[in-house]
Amino acid sequence: MGANIDLIFKIAGIGILVAVAHMVLKNSEKEDYGFAVTLTGIAVVLIMVIQMLGTLFDEVKSVFKLF
Amino acid sequence: MDFVFQISSIALIGAVLAVVLKYKKPPMAMLLGIAVGVIIFLLVIGKVGAIIDILRQLSERADISSFYLGTLLKIIGIAYIADFIAQICRDAEQGAIAVKVELAAKVMVLMLALPIVVAVLQALLRLIP
Repeated sequence: MGANIDLIFKIAGIGILVAVAHMVLKNSEKEDYGFAVTLTGIAVVLIMVIQMLGTLFDEVKSVFKLF
Repeated sequence: MDFVFQISSIALIGAVLAVVLKYKKPPMAMLLGIAVGVIIFLLVIGKVGAIIDILRQLSERADISSFYLGTLLKIIGIAYIADFIAQICRDAEQGAIAVKVELAAKVMVLMLALPIVVAVLQALLRLIP
């Protein structure tokens, strides 16, 4: 339960962090690094969300007996 | 009662954070939306399981074949998953993909429902002398 809510804050934190890093890198004229940071952040969050979606699918499968 | 407050607060926090993220990083906001949806559903599905157990007991008592209830539950499961994903696609402004997901779900539901339709037709044929 607690771990669940943590994930929302984790995603929001990563998002804000990535946005700030992007801004800083943009101001110091390293746009391509900024893009790489954005991509990495999205990939990390995507992995987390996909794992969660997997648990959701497993749960639905077991509750509705979908095999 | 606590449960409703819990879900509402999760949704509210998720919505606020998504709006904050949407300003700079729209993809992140979409992923956050998916995460909030999954968390809320995981909280709800425990209760759904209890309801389904009761339905199963009732159908056993009424001597209804478990095949019918099983098919019905499978259809509900497919419809829920497909709707969840289609809604996410629609939020990401990919209406075309959402329509395809819904089409796939409809085909799967029809495939599950066909044995029952055939059974109904056979029962009708038996009525005709």
